[in-house]
Amino acid sequence: MSETNTTIETVTITVDGQEVQAPKGAMLIEVTDAQNIKVPRFCYHKKLAISANCRMCLVEVEKAPKPMPACATPVMEGMIVHTHSQYAKDAQKSVMEFLLINHPLDCPICDQGGECELQDVAVAYGQSVSEYTEAKRVVFDKNIGPLITTELTRCIHCTRCVRFGRDIAGIRELGMTGRGEESLITTFVDECFNSEMSGNAIDVCPVGALTAKPSRFKGRAWEMVQHKTIAPHDCIGSNVYVHTLRGEVVRVVPCENEAINEVWISDRDRFSYEGVDADDRLTTPMIKRDGQWQTANWDEALQLVADKFKTVADLKVQQAEAEAALDDKEADADTEAATDAEASVAENETAEQINTEMAALVSVNSTLEEQYLTQKLMRVLGCGSVDHRLRQSDFSDQDAAPVMPWLGQDIEQLEKLNAALLIGSNVRKEQPIANLRLRKATLNNNAKISFVNPRQYDFNFDVANNISVAQQNMVAELAAIAAVVYKLSGNSAPANLADAVKAAKISKTHKEIAQQLTDAGSATVLLGNIANMHPQLSALRALAEAIAKETNSAFGYLTEGCNSAGAWLAGAVPHRGAGGSTEDVVVGKNLAEITKEKLAACLLLNIEPDTDAADANALMATLKDADFVVSVSAYNSASVKQVADVMLPAASFMETSGTYVNAEGFWQSFKGVVEPKGEARPAWKILRVLGNLTGVDGFEYLSSEDVKAELRSQCESIELSNALDSSATVKVDSTTGMHRSSDVPMYATDAIVRRAVSLQKTVDAQSICVRLNSAEAERLGVSAASTVTVKQGNNSAELTLVIDETIPDASAWIPLAVQGNDALGSAFAAVNIEGAGA
Amino acid sequence: MTTDTIEITELSAHAREEIDELLSHFPADQKKSALLGALNVVQHENKGFLTEELMVLVADYLDLAKIEVYEVASFYSMYELKPVARNNVAICTNICCMLMGSQTIVDHVEKKLNIKIGESTDDGRIYLKKEEECLAACAGGPMMQVNHVYYENLTPEMVDEILDGLE
Repeated sequence: MSETNTTIETVTITVDGQEVQAPKGAMLIEVTDAQNIKVPRFCYHKKLAISANCRMCLVEVEKAPKPMPACATPVMEGMIVHTHSQYAKDAQKSVMEFLLINHPLDCPICDQGGECELQDVAVAYGQSVSEYTEAKRVVFDKNIGPLITTELTRCIHCTRCVRFGRDIAGIRELGMTGRGEESLITTFVDECFNSEMSGNAIDVCPVGALTAKPSRFKGRAWEMVQHKTIAPHDCIGSNVYVHTLRGEVVRVVPCENEAINEVWISDRDRFSYEGVDADDRLTTPMIKRDGQWQTANWDEALQLVADKFKTVADLKVQQAEAEAALDDKEADADTEAATDAEASVAENETAEQINTEMAALVSVNSTLEEQYLTQKLMRVLGCGSVDHRLRQSDFSDQDAAPVMPWLGQDIEQLEKLNAALLIGSNVRKEQPIANLRLRKATLNNNAKISFVNPRQYDFNFDVANNISVAQQNMVAELAAIAAVVYKLSGNSAPANLADAVKAAKISKTHKEIAQQLTDAGSATVLLGNIANMHPQLSALRALAEAIAKETNSAFGYLTEGCNSAGAWLAGAVPHRGAGGSTEDVVVGKNLAEITKEKLAACLLLNIEPDTDAADANALMATLKDADFVVSVSAYNSASVKQVADVMLPAASFMETSGTYVNAEGFWQSFKGVVEPKGEARPAWKILRVLGNLTGVDGFEYLSSEDVKAELRSQCESIELSNALDSSATVKVDSTTGMHRSSDVPMYATDAIVRRAVSLQKTVDAQSICVRLNSAEAERLGVSAASTVTVKQGNNSAELTLVIDETIPDASAWIPLAVQGNDALGSAFAAVNIEGAGA
Repeated sequence: MTTDTIEITELSAHAREEIDELLSHFPADQKKSALLGALNVVQHENKGFLTEELMVLVADYLDLAKIEVYEVASFYSMYELKPVARNNVAICTNICCMLMGSQTIVDHVEKKLNIKIGESTDDGRIYLKKEEECLAACAGGPMMQVNHVYYENLTPEMVDEILDGLE
């Protein structure tokens, strides 16, 4: 990097009488922007290709025969530029007049009024009175989807939105049709603007032609208060501004952070706020008495929960003591009186009948502080069964896992790659901002990006190799790539991989991927959200790590939710405490083990058990069977109501302070933006009070900052590494037959998004169904059926059948996290499909 | 006028052949270069106008976004996006032709066919193109183009003869 920096040639130019050094080839407007010299513009946007069509940035360049557009004029040695000379001003004024010819002058009824670039520039560079008296152009508006309102009469044809689609979102959906006065920004005939990044077109639009549909006419920009916070849906942790009006959230817009989200955010981060105010917000504590939910006051509810957990914890201690005592007594039974021993055995037996199994499940989207306090509370109560990995099903190598699975590089590095292999990842919908960086790598570096997925996903860049196989065959595919990688490196595979590698069937595709990773100057191997849910995660990651190691690629994870990295640090895993420590840590059971237990007490933190787990069926059953379940959540979800005994209303996104750790391990703290709804309280405070009420020490925090500081001190010595310390033998699964596989649809990831009404109207919102390719449907004799019966283990469900050629053979695709997915069971399992009623 | 459209699911073999020939003139990664020609081919095959389906098929064939095809098809006056009569009559009204009396020709034709510029005759025989830009035959103005054939130095009598001769 430093080498290329020093070789950049600079030229000296004079702008408004001031000598300025500028990199050769830079556009004039970049130089004036860097110098903070104001040049008006509409079509120029620093992140978009130059089009120079609005002409607003005309400036005077000495010796040039006409005014020059600053956005498309490269600087040259000795250039003398005047941005505010009479000549320049006249040119700018003329362009302004021209642009206003057809633009309505009715700012008071425009949603953009007050934050409109046209309005601002017109005030600064325009005339106070229009000389134009002829008729203005009128353009009929078009419905381009649930997120964006068009008011095309206001369009000044800068084409920023079109270039955003082409240059950034990666799909051309908006375009300019017609010509001259008939020119019109539109989509193809009657199509919607479907990009997962579409909302950014609202931001780039300099006028009120594209405005946000959900927040339209909700308030004026100058009345709103801007608060910075962190988006809570993916592991990128995009920086956003929340705009509030009289204590209510009006909208969310991006906050520029070049290292993370640049100037963009995904539609999920932008429009999810609608879910915060859902109808089923829990606004008061509730207790279930005799099967009926009754509102309660905080003292009563908290005391009940604290007493319950304390009782179970005390019982557990007593039991342990009794057991220890019994052991002692058995050891010296000879010297004891027989009656004493009998009494003790009897006592022990009665104790054994009392169940003392406890567990806590926390959301990957909970804040670091909430996760930390949950595990701290549970562990001081003697329970280590704390888990955040609700969508994971393979826990076999958890002890070998890194302290914090992370991206293995910083986010900016993704655009500098020359090659990448993504395993089990629909990165475009899962982490749209990471996808944007990867797309840049393909455009700028001609990067070779390949995928091994259980489904053919649609990407918005040229994918080198897009392998899609039934989920049960993914390990074999990786083994084949690993086999080529070892051949290329000349090393032999370690013993635990040797069999898998030896048995691999290598194809041309595997060779290409291996070669691309090996040849690349900068490469990465990443595991995505689907890999994380996969029943052979341990095999996938052992092979992925091996491929990365042999090809000198960075190995990383596109982690789930917005804070799963944080959850590992916070100790929200059963086998390690805060900071990944294993010394003196109360260990417990992981999710898979927990769901096999009869629980005496369980704490749910921001969990909706019917949608947040990979095996929602098993989790629901466990919770229904549990003696006592308390849910700390912002919502009064139907599934929580079914299983819980107490519901404590927690503050939602934007209502609490906290910290998220993104995939690159960056701690981003934020403050509450609005007051929690009703009696809801920040979850960290609820957990603190529970700590106080159970009478344990160490819960005397005054702010979430205190909690963070305590955890931070335990994380100081951590050096991030994804090295997998495992020697478990990797087996290639040879199961055949129809298997189910799943992903979490983009707008079903978490409770907030699932309630965001506008997002739920988009094409990316999915409902429960089963997808088969036409060949499989034919084979099963259901080609003509509209619904089919899906049998999985002892469960069955009647689902709508969708024929979808992106699904590989021997696969039935059923989305997770949508209503009704808990009827079946594990996200990846053998299924039988029959025609409905068969 | 006939508006019956046949549902088309792929480009005709002939259209594909012609487009392939066009593509052979351009680098393999610049298929967009063949777009104007491709639209000409399919429009010609479809009684002189383009449909949504045809634009989608062309987009798929050339690996373009649908909107890219739509932009081009709506920009150029040589493409018709609505059903039109089978004979395409375009009278130039640009400066040179205007100076040479193209308005007389337009008035005459409108009166004769009882339609306005931009309309088709009820019998589906003649379409008067809405607004034709300069066709680069200024030396022979007023001029018109009928189904790709130029007619110059027009008089109302000549126009009558030409139009009456159309099928």
